[in-house]
Amino acid sequence: MMFNKNLKNILLVIFATLILSACSTAKKSGNIDGDVYTGKETVEYLASGVPDRVFFATNKSSLTTASRATLRKQATYLRKNKNLNVTIEGHADERGTREYNLALGERRANAARDYLMTYGISGKRISVISYGKEKPVNPASTPLAWSQNRRSVTVKVN
Amino acid sequence: MKKILIIFLLNIFLFNKSHALIEIDITRGNLDPLPIAISPLHVDIKSENFEGLKIKELGDNISYIIENNFRGTGLFNPLKKEAFVQKPDIAHLKPRFEDWRLIKAQALVTGKLLVKDGKLKVEFRLWDLAAAKEMTALAFTTTPSNWRRVSHIISDKIYERLTGEEGYFDTRVIYVAESGPKNQRIKKLAIMDQDGANTKYLTLGNELVLTPRFNPTNQMVTYMSYFRNMPRVYLLDIETGTQEVVGNFPGMTFAPRFSPDGKKIVMSFAKEGNSDIYTMDLESRVVERITDHSSIDTSPSFSPDGKFIAFNSDRSGLQQIYVMRSDGSGVKRITFGNGIYGTPVWSPRGDLIAFTKMRKGKFYIGVMRTDGTGERLLTENFYQEAPSWSPNGRVLVFYRETKSGSRGEGFSAKLWSIDITGYNERRLKTETDASDPSWSSLLSK
Repeated sequence: MMFNKNLKNILLVIFATLILSACSTAKKSGNIDGDVYTGKETVEYLASGVPDRVFFATNKSSLTTASRATLRKQATYLRKNKNLNVTIEGHADERGTREYNLALGERRANAARDYLMTYGISGKRISVISYGKEKPVNPASTPLAWSQNRRSVTVKVN
Repeated sequence: MKKILIIFLLNIFLFNKSHALIEIDITRGNLDPLPIAISPLHVDIKSENFEGLKIKELGDNISYIIENNFRGTGLFNPLKKEAFVQKPDIAHLKPRFEDWRLIKAQALVTGKLLVKDGKLKVEFRLWDLAAAKEMTALAFTTTPSNWRRVSHIISDKIYERLTGEEGYFDTRVIYVAESGPKNQRIKKLAIMDQDGANTKYLTLGNELVLTPRFNPTNQMVTYMSYFRNMPRVYLLDIETGTQEVVGNFPGMTFAPRFSPDGKKIVMSFAKEGNSDIYTMDLESRVVERITDHSSIDTSPSFSPDGKFIAFNSDRSGLQQIYVMRSDGSGVKRITFGNGIYGTPVWSPRGDLIAFTKMRKGKFYIGVMRTDGTGERLLTENFYQEAPSWSPNGRVLVFYRETKSGSRGEGFSAKLWSIDITGYNERRLKTETDASDPSWSSLLSK
């Protein structure tokens, strides 16, 4: 009976994994997963192994699992460097109206800031600024470029 | 015999109709623009020189500006001057109507000017050629350097007489002049006459500036600037050049617009990831919070009676347009179509809201009634947004960006205008790339 239940669970997990992998292969094209950039191009580093940016889905400001991992690395780095302050720059892609994108960039930068704060970094050390769609890192008009531009970037200020 | 009679009757009917005043149907797209002859203004031989102004050419130049304004409306077809049959001075006294009708003109503009004692005196007459009579006549005296404005004012008077609507030629457009590569754009505030003349740059390009908007009652401007890397709403007096930050907000303020009486600014304030709409009274400095919602509320625009504010919000999940009373009560969503909606702008006539719509990777400029019904999409493109109304509520100006290649090549931003009928799409000439246009009210009002 116990064995049966375990088997059932395992089968369920396998089944779920199959569905998920089918989904992700369907949505995955190059370095974009479900509209969120997952590659390393354009990424810079605050220190070795500490990426400076996280990426977002279109019109969204929620953090992906990968983004949260990146921000935890940033939090660890900031805890070690207590005198360091940062600005988080929020950005949007060019496929939205200018004013909405300013608000969206601000929301993205704050999503990253809030996450750093839950990992013990004082809000006083983190300022935010939104550039909306004004400062694309990749100037191309392609889905890849747009995914690289939907980002929040943590920048050292001192 | 019967046939002849019908033709005869038809002739009487047409004849009668042609004796009525000229009428232009401006409620539909004009596929049959009215032929109009704009004679060069006669320059009085007693005219004196004035500060390098080419007096002899002034009559031609004024008529050229009027002609250009009229062609730009799409409602008129200014006829070629080579076909003109009468000298300007004689035509201005009394045109030979049958000769002008021969070149198929239905209306004729004549005029004369005199520059003397440092003053420019211009008079013009508008003639109904079918009815063989004068429709309107006016004279102006001003400083000669004002000759362009005089041309626009004359254009407005003629337009008003022929269409029954207020004109929009003696106006200016403020916009953001852009240069440099796409990922390192330099942006400056710029202002020009509605026809693209007299461009002036109001900022140097040291900081990012966005979304300038005219005060509908005077020549003040509100815009957003990243001065000292603090994105805030500013107020600028374009006559004196003085500017100041609007309010004392501990975060980004953006998307500013004036109230119709010019006394308040409505804008968004973003704090801790949430953007809401606020107003500030420019005299009392009293700040009021208008929306209080965890979604993004932005791009507010007052109705011309000041009683309502249209704005866009993503409280339903994606950007849609909402209308509320100007105190923030009675919020009502008005867009339910397929796609997402932004940048609502209330028409100065009060009957329509212009907007940007995004659907399936395309951007549209459209208009709808203020309750969201009767949506009409006027133009579709890869990227366009930010409509601004001409003061008479007939034309929209907006900006359009092109698709760019892997290094940003091929990117451009230009100003365009379109009639609310959906006809007569035109590019506004600007010295540089341009975005975020705002149309002034009539200067002479």
